[in-house]
Amino acid sequence: MVMTISEKVLARASGRERVEAGEYVVGKIDLAMIHDLTGPLTLNVLKEVGYDKPWDPDRVAIILDHQVPANSTVTAALQKQLRDYARKYGLKNYHDLGRQGVCHQILAESYVKPGMLVVGADSHTCSLGALGAFATGIGSTEMAAVFLTGELWFRVPESIKFDLKGRLGKGVSAKDVILNIIGRVGVDGALYCAAEFTGEGVERLSVDGRLTVCNMAIEMGGKTGIINPDRRTLEYTGVKSAPLRSDPDANYLKVVEVDLDEIEPQVAMPHSVDNVKPVSDAGGVRADQVFIGSCTNGRLEDLKAAAGILEGKKVNPNTRLIVIPASQKIYLEAERRGYIKTFVEAGGVVCNPNCGPCLGGHMGILADDETCVSTSNRNFMGRMGSTSSKVYLVSPETAAATAIEGRLADPRKYMGG
Amino acid sequence: MIKGSVWKFGDDVDTDVIIPAKYLRSVDQTVWPKHLLEGLDPTFSSKVKTGNIIVAGRNFGCGSSREQAALAIKWAGVSAVVAESFARIFFRNAINNGLPLVECKGISKAVDEGDVIEIDLDSGNVKTKKGILRSSPLPPFLKEILKSGGLVEYYKAKRAV
Repeated sequence: MVMTISEKVLARASGRERVEAGEYVVGKIDLAMIHDLTGPLTLNVLKEVGYDKPWDPDRVAIILDHQVPANSTVTAALQKQLRDYARKYGLKNYHDLGRQGVCHQILAESYVKPGMLVVGADSHTCSLGALGAFATGIGSTEMAAVFLTGELWFRVPESIKFDLKGRLGKGVSAKDVILNIIGRVGVDGALYCAAEFTGEGVERLSVDGRLTVCNMAIEMGGKTGIINPDRRTLEYTGVKSAPLRSDPDANYLKVVEVDLDEIEPQVAMPHSVDNVKPVSDAGGVRADQVFIGSCTNGRLEDLKAAAGILEGKKVNPNTRLIVIPASQKIYLEAERRGYIKTFVEAGGVVCNPNCGPCLGGHMGILADDETCVSTSNRNFMGRMGSTSSKVYLVSPETAAATAIEGRLADPRKYMGG
Repeated sequence: MIKGSVWKFGDDVDTDVIIPAKYLRSVDQTVWPKHLLEGLDPTFSSKVKTGNIIVAGRNFGCGSSREQAALAIKWAGVSAVVAESFARIFFRNAINNGLPLVECKGISKAVDEGDVIEIDLDSGNVKTKKGILRSSPLPPFLKEILKSGGLVEYYKAKRAV
């Protein structure tokens, strides 16, 4: 009767003793999230069905994050649609301007607990598996079905175990780990699977770092990234216990061993997330823009790492540095600790928490042939603007070093001691 | 039975090239088809015709959860997408919006652009010039959603019952 954590959460949510990979189950949803880009479509579907009251208003979260504050009349109208809906049903988990942030960060800070079944109308919902939840992205229409019924069908996924051994070197962080993994297994290397990260290497990662790793499970096709809860998870989520964990002899489709000692700073070259090489082999690509932020790397630990490198330095005159904290809470703490001052004094700009230029929505869209070295998660053609622009994905440390040099740079030389 | 001529694409066709985010703000049904797959072929929207079938390699629809990618394909008149494999959110979105998908190993080698192929959704069989390729049919309740025309129609019908 052994099960993985993913199987255990889906079994609990579907009222079953046990489930196994390949079965279809209908699970009760603990938390459902929509945002300003995918949410209006959900509300339109509800309108078409003729009934729009959420099954449980306390289990619905609406978070404005993609283009905040609104950058056009069309965006403003879509955001108003969500605002009106939240007011109509008195939704307390509604995050408008002032309480906003990148949706997955807000979910992590405020709502997600170990063992929950979480769906979000956003592909990076898989980030929340870092807290021991089963969290996955779904479409807007099926989100409407969730709003109506509180349930959704799932195929119980096979799990792939990524066993992280050893220790990360100085200047190397969680982003380098997940880029390295995706480079090895490919953009469909975990297609339909739960990517379960285990081992001493994971235990040593902070919750911020774990969120970074799980965030990019989707970039290898994963249904979720997931990490068994431990002491750090309990501390972060404020719960006393988290009984759902993988059994030691649970079934895995395969086991991939990752030696953290071997990993150098990594970069995913255009236009595919698995086009990964060490920064030291990437040949000093020109950086017209550097972006530090997003649901992948806009957390306090990321800003701390970047500020540590930029402290007392200047951004290269040929490079524009954009820093976007992932939530208001992080923004405030970064301000208190002096990171914001460091970024501004270095010659960067700090924008209010939101998704920023990651998906070419606003705040740093690229012109023809421009390049951006970014801590976000996708480097698809045209992702950040012009179809001839190029995006290089890196860690916050590498992004900061790159901002100083104006070219893709190895951060290890900026590490003291 | 779905029969149509084929437009062929490679592996890992992502949702940002199917429909770039800058067009997502619109909810006008005529906008998305005009920009369908323009990241890979800027002239595609002028060439694709109602009833055509898209054939692709591995991991079709990878990337964001944007349902607009499936809708743009459907609204352009494409009758089905056959691929070696699909990214999972795209797969769900397509079924939920009544766009038939067939995951069919070997399809990209068996078909050339412009070929006419026949898809039998009940059996999962795909008839090509090189013979019949077999694939697993969808589970019954997903077929039911597809037959209803999508999840909304499925729920409307259920509510009526």
